[in-house]
Amino acid sequence: MEISGPNSRAVRTENVCRHYQMGQVLVRAVDGISIDIGVGEFVALLGASGSGKSSLLNLVAGLDRPTSGAVTVHGNNLAALSREQLAKYRLHTVGMVFQSFNLIPSMSLLENVELPLRFAEVDRRDRSALARQSLERVGLSGRLSHRPMELSGGEQQRASLARALINRPKLLLADEPTGNLDSRTGTEIMELIHGFNQSLGMTVLMVTHEQTLAEKYAGRMLHLADGKLVNDVPNDQVSNISSGQVGAPRGETQ
Amino acid sequence: MKYYDVTDLAFRNLRESVFRNSLTTIGISVGVASLVAMLSLGIGLQQLASRRLQKSGLFDTVVATSRRDLRNFREQREDRPNPAESPSLDEPARIKIAQIPGVVEAYPDIRFVTDVRFDDKPHLTMVAGIPFSARNNNDAFEGVQGSFFSSDAASEVILQKSFAEELLGITPKPGTDNINLSDLAKPLLGKELTMRYAERASAPPSPSPGPSNRDAYSVVSRQRALKIVGLTDLDPDSLRGTARARVFLPLKLAQDLHIMPSNLRDTSASDSPSYSSLSVRVQNPNQVPAVEDAIKKMGFSAFSIVDATRSMRQFFAVLDGFLAIFGSLALAVASIGIVNTLVMAILERRREIGIMKAIGASDADVRGLFFAEAGAMGLVGGAVGVTLGWAIGRLINFGMNVYLERQHFPSAQIWSVPLWLVLSAIAFSIVVSLLSGLYPASRAARLDPVQALRYE
Repeated sequence: MEISGPNSRAVRTENVCRHYQMGQVLVRAVDGISIDIGVGEFVALLGASGSGKSSLLNLVAGLDRPTSGAVTVHGNNLAALSREQLAKYRLHTVGMVFQSFNLIPSMSLLENVELPLRFAEVDRRDRSALARQSLERVGLSGRLSHRPMELSGGEQQRASLARALINRPKLLLADEPTGNLDSRTGTEIMELIHGFNQSLGMTVLMVTHEQTLAEKYAGRMLHLADGKLVNDVPNDQVSNISSGQVGAPRGETQ
Repeated sequence: MKYYDVTDLAFRNLRESVFRNSLTTIGISVGVASLVAMLSLGIGLQQLASRRLQKSGLFDTVVATSRRDLRNFREQREDRPNPAESPSLDEPARIKIAQIPGVVEAYPDIRFVTDVRFDDKPHLTMVAGIPFSARNNNDAFEGVQGSFFSSDAASEVILQKSFAEELLGITPKPGTDNINLSDLAKPLLGKELTMRYAERASAPPSPSPGPSNRDAYSVVSRQRALKIVGLTDLDPDSLRGTARARVFLPLKLAQDLHIMPSNLRDTSASDSPSYSSLSVRVQNPNQVPAVEDAIKKMGFSAFSIVDATRSMRQFFAVLDGFLAIFGSLALAVASIGIVNTLVMAILERRREIGIMKAIGASDADVRGLFFAEAGAMGLVGGAVGVTLGWAIGRLINFGMNVYLERQHFPSAQIWSVPLWLVLSAIAFSIVVSLLSGLYPASRAARLDPVQALRYE
């Protein structure tokens, strides 16, 4: 697969809308947002609760479909993909990290991280090696057989990050990844995400309401209010990747 | 997702809610067990009836008669050979019939009315010759009190129950309990009775040889002491009652006595007498029509009642159908349990389904997972159910045999679990479980991941 340069387009939304009907009220969660995100960019989505950050993230993740407009990720118009194709897109192109970690409580860390590889039909032996490698990368090699409940919030989020990266996605989507963590652990997680953005050249789109975190790590900040993009600010204090790509994202939409 | 991954995840999910899933699986097991128990009894009864019918000799026997029978003259039709030209049903013909493929044995039906004396009292009765092979393949002699003939030509008799009562001067009162066969046997077994009979002997050689003297014979009055070795409760009026005979002799002995037949069909005094009829026993009831045809081609009349087995099979097919429907009712109830368990599992694991979809599980993966869980419950429930059904069938069989024993009946296997029933019951259980899993699985697959992830 050809590796795109930092200025190639990773995500494009064109006048995308996501409206919900709640009784008599029409909720405009996302209301005509158009953005372009380049490959390797670290973009923060900022805004108050209910501003449409998570809804926009879900549209880019292919978890939800827009009411109107288009979302294109690495050349794939998500609106045109079938449910099956969207599942493959989520499996190979996107990695997701959530505020509440979303690890499966009945599975060990190793099994949780292996799970996307099961869906990708990776051979059992390769799967275990890849999962161990991924957990090692986030500093959890000693916790393979632990269940999520036996771990701290920071450890769970690191495991969640290991799972998101297992298929080497092109795009990492993080929905308030530090929301449930104390500031020190939150910083640790942000350092990891930033590190992957820098070392793997992975595009990061992160929802947060913490302005300081965004200013520290994101190269660009998009401010949303009432489902609309109100501000698109480049952050010159942060240097986005320009060189030293350690590994390339391997996934692609099928 | 690969099959082994689906199976692996399905079993691990079942283990996670082991109590609830066990209860559901027990429900399936009970359903399968009732089905297996019902059908095992149906099949067992069918096999018992088949065995009995086969042993009765009604369905594996062809009766061959000569067309020379005078009665046949009246029924003569143009398309049939002239009875007068029909061959004689004699010993060479018997040997030839015995050699037809599929024939186990062909023996003459020897029966005659004669005078039997016991304690110097005369009793007129029908006597029949019984082949030695009847010891193993005729159920009439299965529950014989005493023993069967010691050899093919032993001077021994087996008495029918009513004749034994007659000899002892017992008259059963109507409405009272039947006299036990063993009570009748005690005063009779080992005792002797005397049979008087007319022997057909060839006439002494004539000084002037000529064809006129060839068919001449003389009748000599004889008597023979016979030891009572057994008693049977065979109903003399039943089809297997060997023409209402009440005294049974070994067939070879009956032949050797050259008893003058009670009808006038055979007027030949040659060394090879012709028989009124032959019983031709066939290996398998299926071979009866072919053997019947072969006998007819030889110029004899032949008949059998093999068609009755077809009606019996039809009856048991209907019975099995009814038993299967009643057995399946419990399984139908169990299938509702599966739907309930899986729908509950979807509610409980809603968030988990959302997570799986967010990290790349397709609708088919989620559907397959729930489907596999339903199938796994069906497999385990089916296997446990078959074992349970087998045990219930055994228990009923045991109880029934205790009852039969108390009623002085021989024990019987009224229950049978053939391999096909085991495999079909497990397969049926899996199919029912999969059908029950259809709705929950497709509901899980259709779940909106965004909604599912919001679920706490």
